[in-house]
Amino acid sequence: MKLIFEKHKEGRRGPSHAKTGAPKAKGLDPKYLRKKDTNLPSLSELDVVRHYTNLSRLNYSVDTNFYPLGSCTMKYNPKFTERIALFEGFSDVHPLLPQLSGGGVLAQGSLEVLYETERLLSEITGMKAFTMQPMAGAHGELTGVMLIAAYHKDKGRRRKFVLVPDSSHGTNPASAAIAGYQVIVIPTGKDGYMDLAEYKKKLNNETAAVMLTCPDTLGIFNPHIKEIADMAHEAGALVYYDGANLNAMLGKARPGDLGFDVVHINLHKTFGTPHGGGGPGAGPVGVSEKLVEYLPISRVVRRGDGTYALDYQAHKSIGYIAPFYGNFGVILKAYAYMLRLGREGLIEAAEMAVLNANYCLAKLKDYYDLPYDRTCMHECVFSASRQAKNGVHALDIAKYLIDRGYHPPTIYFPLIVKEALMIEPTETESKDTLDAFIDVMIEIARLAEQDPTKIKEAPLYMPVKRLDETKAAREPNLRWRP
Amino acid sequence: MSYVPHTQEEIGQMLKIIGISSVEELFKDIPKSLRAKSFDLPPGMSEFEVTGRLKKLAAKNATGLVNFVGAGFYDHFIPAAVDALVSRSEFYTAYTPYQPECSQGWLQAIYEYQTIICELTGLDVSNASLYDGGTALYEAAMMAVRSTGRNKIIVDSGVNLIYRTMLYSYTSNLSVEFVEIPVVHGQSSRDELVKHLDDKTAAVIMQNPNFFGAVDDHSDVVEKVHKFGALAIASVYPISLGMLKSPGEMGFDIATGEGQSLGIPLSFGGPYLGFMAAKQELVRQMPGRIVGATVDTDGKRGFVLTLQTREQHIRREKATSNICSNEALCALRAAIFVALIGKEGLKELAEHNYRNAEFAKDTLSKVSGVEVKRSSPTFNEFTILLPRPANEVVYRMIEKGFAPGFPLGKFYKGMDNYLLVAVTEKRTKEEIRKFSDSLEAVL
Repeated sequence: MKLIFEKHKEGRRGPSHAKTGAPKAKGLDPKYLRKKDTNLPSLSELDVVRHYTNLSRLNYSVDTNFYPLGSCTMKYNPKFTERIALFEGFSDVHPLLPQLSGGGVLAQGSLEVLYETERLLSEITGMKAFTMQPMAGAHGELTGVMLIAAYHKDKGRRRKFVLVPDSSHGTNPASAAIAGYQVIVIPTGKDGYMDLAEYKKKLNNETAAVMLTCPDTLGIFNPHIKEIADMAHEAGALVYYDGANLNAMLGKARPGDLGFDVVHINLHKTFGTPHGGGGPGAGPVGVSEKLVEYLPISRVVRRGDGTYALDYQAHKSIGYIAPFYGNFGVILKAYAYMLRLGREGLIEAAEMAVLNANYCLAKLKDYYDLPYDRTCMHECVFSASRQAKNGVHALDIAKYLIDRGYHPPTIYFPLIVKEALMIEPTETESKDTLDAFIDVMIEIARLAEQDPTKIKEAPLYMPVKRLDETKAAREPNLRWRP
Repeated sequence: MSYVPHTQEEIGQMLKIIGISSVEELFKDIPKSLRAKSFDLPPGMSEFEVTGRLKKLAAKNATGLVNFVGAGFYDHFIPAAVDALVSRSEFYTAYTPYQPECSQGWLQAIYEYQTIICELTGLDVSNASLYDGGTALYEAAMMAVRSTGRNKIIVDSGVNLIYRTMLYSYTSNLSVEFVEIPVVHGQSSRDELVKHLDDKTAAVIMQNPNFFGAVDDHSDVVEKVHKFGALAIASVYPISLGMLKSPGEMGFDIATGEGQSLGIPLSFGGPYLGFMAAKQELVRQMPGRIVGATVDTDGKRGFVLTLQTREQHIRREKATSNICSNEALCALRAAIFVALIGKEGLKELAEHNYRNAEFAKDTLSKVSGVEVKRSSPTFNEFTILLPRPANEVVYRMIEKGFAPGFPLGKFYKGMDNYLLVAVTEKRTKEEIRKFSDSLEAVL
């Protein structure tokens, strides 16, 4: 498809949106003015509408295709939450309104949404309090590690290291490093659990925290999790819960009960808000009692008279991590989703997500290697090693699936599984959809033995065939130029 | 009340294939002692009920106020086509375009967005978005620290206080030293800025227009910054770039900013859009996703996520940033907004903002007791000095139906009587006159 810039027509104008009754003003001194004109396009409204409508049709999405992208929880995003986010009473509120004198009354509805969401999340996770400010999961991680740093500093402890298992999301070590810590990686044992002996060896009075994902990225619940947390606490370290996989845990286990000190939640995964092509998400962070005083400024409080206010008194706070109160529009949708599902609905979501993952596991394990053969939680991780022997790699399988109308599973992650295929079906997919997908996966396994080139040629039916990623990186072309 | 499609019969069939007899058996790995101690949530509600409840909450917010509050976040008009196009669920229910062959729509849209940001800022390269203007500025500061190997950063206090506070919060455990230079008469103090430059300086950060609305040409400062081998970073307001000299034209190395003004609703503070553009030589230090053009096996143009060796999923603790999810849908809003108003429309929009603000300045200067500060040229926001604390005036003006501006005393010592007033293209002549009359009445 042509780029929007290639559709530019000199002199063409869309309908004007700016209108002013104000008289022409004396212009600024030319030294302040832009000299070089932009190369932005000039188009009609229909040109633009058609361009983006047609672009949208080149994407796979949850609404058009099964999207079992492991670790990303691509569940159905209920439509009613979109409508709520567009209510003018929410979308048109300037974030500084409640900070004006007498302005507290102007945003009571929004403050109540934030307060109530915090309360629901506290109950769901068993944590004492939440900040709603982090704008994505990784942002929550960074906030969480900053809280941990503030805690140790306040207690006068010098701590240098953060421990992460080798199965962790890349954001865990990246967040720890960016917050100023050195990262120590703990290997995974043969049973799929973090190697306890190695963990004990690395854990000492210089450890600031251990960051864990639960269930982990292999989709496994580690029954030693409490023990791991207790050991960390004995060493004076804190325990961080990466909530990317919380969907499987709703009503079953809570990080607060397991001994975690800090939790981040990806609202766009567990609580049904759309992923928006990569964002916006929201990554609220929950903490145990001992970390509450370090939470970012500001906090939403409920006063005795039932009204809500922003509290800026926080002497030990880590400060500002967001300009305001987080991705309010996303938080609002997650709140609506939680109200809609309620207690039973959330438990059902977790149960059916786990059922669907185990169903895929059971149906496919004769065809693909299963490095850790056990009941999984929300996702199952296969290896395409058997197919790779015939030259069919995880990437090839992904491309063939695309041709067959499926968004591929996450591939090559977690890093500890060779040729990883990480399938997370989510609870909103029907048995019919899973069966059809499973049939294609079985067909791929058969083709890998009988006719591997057929897979390696894929995709043949998409807008583009396989793209030259090496060229993209070696000769970066990152923008259009006239 | 969940969105689960299974029939009881199907659940039975699936359990049988798994080889168990109850759903509960799936959770046998979680020992009894580790089970949730509580899960005390309200029962589910119908869509109708939830919508009704939230409609009531939305009604508790004030929406009728005529808005003159800006302070970095502006009340601009959003054409309906922006909302309609980002509501295409082929966009909003997709994820990060990891698989390019089934994500060409998203990838091309981001490539176009990157081009738009480069064109607006006059710089070479852009990424696919960051969380907001504040985190974008922090990422830019860290880029400077990494690429210069130095750790001192000079910050003009004309930079939004919210962003400065974010910078200090994020770096509190790192060995980054900040020197803050006070503004004089609302403008960058050049002599002071330059005086602090040395061979330890990684970057100088400035904002244009600055927090007080003052427009400047920082070219001379940038030149001196470069003499010391440091980077110049600008935080900018994209709508103003339809008129004002771009960061690229002033020689800045990195430009960041809040993209909310480009078709993104105020929405009580988010989701917003952090944008970033930089000179070509800094591209490998950039945080976040970047889309590049390439070709497929038939030589046909296509787009992919590229230069990924900077990123956390490959480099882990050595990545340039920890960012994973970004604000893609907001970036799409910005791209569609710019495409709709177009090259000439953006100039016109900037001009109308400027004109409205100049008209408001003239009108307000006739109110007795009000002094419009004119020490610097401005774009669409300016400061006025009131005879009484701005806080009190704001309170009274709210009662009259106006969100009249931002009291500067909240952020700056000794400025209790100053009010920062923003006038976008949405404010009519009549609203501006009424605003002025009401101010006269409350003073």
